Amino acid sequence: MSGRVLLAVAVALVLAAVALTRVLENQYYYFATYVILQYVVLATAWNILGGYTGYVNFGSAAFFATGAYTAAVLIKAVAAPFPVLLAAGGLVAGLLGLGIGYLTLRLRGVFFAIATLALAVVLQTLVVNWGYVGGSRGIYTLRPARVPFFDNYVEFLFVVMVVLALGALATAWWIERSWIGRGLVAIRDNEEAAECMGVPTLRLKLVATTVSGALMGVAGAPFPYYLTYMEPTSAFNLDYAINSLAMPMIGGTTTWVGPLVGAVLLGAAQQVATVTISSALNLLIVGLVVVAFVFLAPEGIVGLFRRWRARARA
Amino acid sequence: MFSLDLLTDAVVAGILLGGFYAAVSLGITLAFGLLDIVNIAHPAFVILGAYGAYVGNSRLGLDPIVAGLLGMPVFFLLGIVVYRVYYASFEKRGDESLRGLVFFFGIIFIIEVSLLLQYGVDYRSVDAAYVSATLELGPITLPFRLAIPFAVALGLTLLLHLFLSRTFWGRAVKAVSQDHLALRLMGASPVRVKALAFAIAIATTSLAGALLIMIGPIEPSVGREYIGRVFAIAVLGGMGSIGGTLAASLILGVLESLTSTFYGPSWALAVSFGILLVVLAVRPAGLFGR
Amino acid sequence: MVRHRRPGIRTRIIVMALIATFALWGATAPAALAAGPIKIGFGMALTGALAGNGKAALIAMQMWAEDVNKKGGLLGRKVELVYYDDQTKPATVPGIYTKLLDVDKVDLVVSGYGTNVIAPAMPIVMERKLAFVTLFGMAVNEKFNYPYYFQIMPTGPEPLTDWSKGFFEVAMKQSPKPKTVAIAAADSEFAQNAAAGARQNAKKYGLRIVYDKAYPPPTADFTPIVRAIQATNPDLVYVASYPPDSVGMIRAAHEVGLKPRMFGGGMVGPQYASLQTALGPLLNGIVNYHFFVPEPSLKFPGIDAFLKTYQERASGAGVDQLGYYLPPFAYAYLQILGQAVEATKGLDQKKIGEYIRANTFDTVVGKVKFAPNGEWAKTRVLMVQFQGIESSDLSQFAGPGRRAVLYPEEWKSGSIVYPYEKAKR
Repeated sequence: MSGRVLLAVAVALVLAAVALTRVLENQYYYFATYVILQYVVLATAWNILGGYTGYVNFGSAAFFATGAYTAAVLIKAVAAPFPVLLAAGGLVAGLLGLGIGYLTLRLRGVFFAIATLALAVVLQTLVVNWGYVGGSRGIYTLRPARVPFFDNYVEFLFVVMVVLALGALATAWWIERSWIGRGLVAIRDNEEAAECMGVPTLRLKLVATTVSGALMGVAGAPFPYYLTYMEPTSAFNLDYAINSLAMPMIGGTTTWVGPLVGAVLLGAAQQVATVTISSALNLLIVGLVVVAFVFLAPEGIVGLFRRWRARARA
Repeated sequence: MFSLDLLTDAVVAGILLGGFYAAVSLGITLAFGLLDIVNIAHPAFVILGAYGAYVGNSRLGLDPIVAGLLGMPVFFLLGIVVYRVYYASFEKRGDESLRGLVFFFGIIFIIEVSLLLQYGVDYRSVDAAYVSATLELGPITLPFRLAIPFAVALGLTLLLHLFLSRTFWGRAVKAVSQDHLALRLMGASPVRVKALAFAIAIATTSLAGALLIMIGPIEPSVGREYIGRVFAIAVLGGMGSIGGTLAASLILGVLESLTSTFYGPSWALAVSFGILLVVLAVRPAGLFGR
Repeated sequence: MVRHRRPGIRTRIIVMALIATFALWGATAPAALAAGPIKIGFGMALTGALAGNGKAALIAMQMWAEDVNKKGGLLGRKVELVYYDDQTKPATVPGIYTKLLDVDKVDLVVSGYGTNVIAPAMPIVMERKLAFVTLFGMAVNEKFNYPYYFQIMPTGPEPLTDWSKGFFEVAMKQSPKPKTVAIAAADSEFAQNAAAGARQNAKKYGLRIVYDKAYPPPTADFTPIVRAIQATNPDLVYVASYPPDSVGMIRAAHEVGLKPRMFGGGMVGPQYASLQTALGPLLNGIVNYHFFVPEPSLKFPGIDAFLKTYQERASGAGVDQLGYYLPPFAYAYLQILGQAVEATKGLDQKKIGEYIRANTFDTVVGKVKFAPNGEWAKTRVLMVQFQGIESSDLSQFAGPGRRAVLYPEEWKSGSIVYPYEKAKR
């Protein structure tokens, strides 16, 4: 599919989203879709490092919360305008990714995974002890009373998240096609061989961690306004780590489409379950679905689709 | 507020706690250190073991440690089953890094939610005569609640160490992590050996769980706090070294205790993980790694 | 010859995903509008960290709905509770409340349990100008200043300091007067708020703070903390903790032999049946907050019947067996809403809000009147001392006698045994 066609589709989607806000009053759909789109960004970001490169990140929450708290600090200190929040969130989280990558990427992948886990704990402790953002008492960030063009702030956040999701997908699409993507795949398949062939593995891995972290931070930047009350336990919630890992697994880790499919399906399922089944079974279902996919569809839905298509052709 | 008494107390408390951490981490050293199986569900099994001890204690009136010991054969079998599934679906195909990980993630969920559905979120604890008692050793007060888990943990560590170094199967376990082929030539099936080792690792969680519920009340999600700790200890101790695990656990326990006492408990967890990050950056083989 | 390109595999996947999404959305489409019952919507913690209390609260709320319906309902219509599990996760709250209001079209909303889930609902409630009675949040309205916010937790008009005021007032009445205090609090929202209030109170009463540290909730062992506290030799020890930490603190205090003159304050946990049986006599002497104990001075109309029914339902449901903490208040906050609806003869949110602001209500937890900021006009955080507990038997806690109410004066039911050393036995 050519880049130009995809770009046209993306622009059309954004316009459709904006048009929707003129028509649809029901705020529930905006909130629910916001969460799903947020996961599209997180899953895509995770996949750049996890699926393309083969390095598992357990600490997605750390990057997400970094973006969220950077935004909160800027809101509190200088009431920064929204685009600044996004940029700052992405920048700080990206630097974090770079840092953690530099520290640990020279080791085997599994050590990287453990390091990301450690990172989440250390960061959470730092935030909890930081009085300026309220520590564990949390921080209130009231939404601006008015936002230009939109009826209310929720619709604005929704459109922002649509744009961010498309941006993340575009980034993944571009990486996949570029020399960076090819290098990452080489690393995933056999890192030693790639090194021997002259692939700059460390540099590429650092690019992947930085981009992945930055995207997660950008997803987190609107969070303070989405909830208006944020405290460390909810910002660093394990859910973010679990979902950003499960969604690409379910959707398929080898292309940019996989995380999208996984995020939409699993995210929608979770949203629906929250307002229907609504009990501990909700969590059980996530666990079972993930395990089922891992057994039955190791390449995710994308993989299933490919196999089905190949069989249909043969 | 520095005083020698406070320091000694902090160190002693840290050592006792560290012993308990060792009991929880031994299984990871076996599974992850020696066999390269990233069983992040290990703490969930520990919670399962803790509930097992709870049931044994509340329904059958058993001493929690006895309940934990009785649970070990059951957990052993469970470990074999889990390993066989893991092997057949992932290890054989070489898929284990990512998908095996997710498989264990799913297991965490299944265990936690099943416990949740069965026992609810109320905190559970055990009733044992000695749980609140203390032992005075000169200037030091040892609470039994911590001292007994420490003693049991030491015993477990010793047993495991002897098993790995003195018995045929134990040596086979160490061998399988180093050289499959040579092991085959010696007449042992690598898969069976690995299943044995994994099963032992899971069996330890039964006892570790019993110790956990002795130290404090539990509810299904308590295990998540330990995921990071046990891997930190395994890495710090050097993958696969039993003695290293014990040393690392003690170090971590003392560090946490000292930070807690002198700088504020808030920082204790961050310190341990900070150390882990530093070790990973500087000496990934850990303190005693091969 | 023109060759039509079939849509690529990726397009098809995207289309399928979109179809699947919309199909799932269809599943949540609103049911046909029923003109009959009055629907009251809320999120409640049925799973997650606060589920123990959340489930207990739900039982009480369902009891209220049944009681009201038995008497003919509200305004002649049956009452129906529409609720979803908020999983103790703030992120679910905006979605849940907009679903309740926009899709399920509930007539009234009340809050879930805890600051974390009340705060995210505020913008939605404020935007639509709804009357909002809330269940146990700490000083949420300080930032929002919403006139129709009402809090059923009896903290008092200055929630942060009223919370611990009782502990300090009781302490300062003793002789010799205490001079120093140690404050230990869990690193989480409620405990930190309580500690902040305790610090202000300490300053107000001229006490020197000799220890003031927070600890992370997943702390396995409290001995280092308690030893550090003991090293500062405080007269008072104020602890703000959650159930597992409360147990850990109390056990460690006994092991270390902590000897302050007064110990306790803001521990969550000793109000629960499960902890009372776990700790038993270790609780003796602790002076801690509570909202309701079955002491003769607190015999409110209806409370006995409520507790009896609740306890029947709670057995086997995996929730607190005695129900002295949250359930009576969960029942009461619905009582207030119901009475306001009846009094204003309608569902006009503004009228309901104004009515609640202006009136005093009779509930199972006594007379309730709100201050302009939505908190209770008069504080009723009880300071209770555990006395005379001999074993782990639950029946000791099922009636009066073991928890003497020391403060406020008008609810006093016993006297303090002071210092803590004496009361420990």
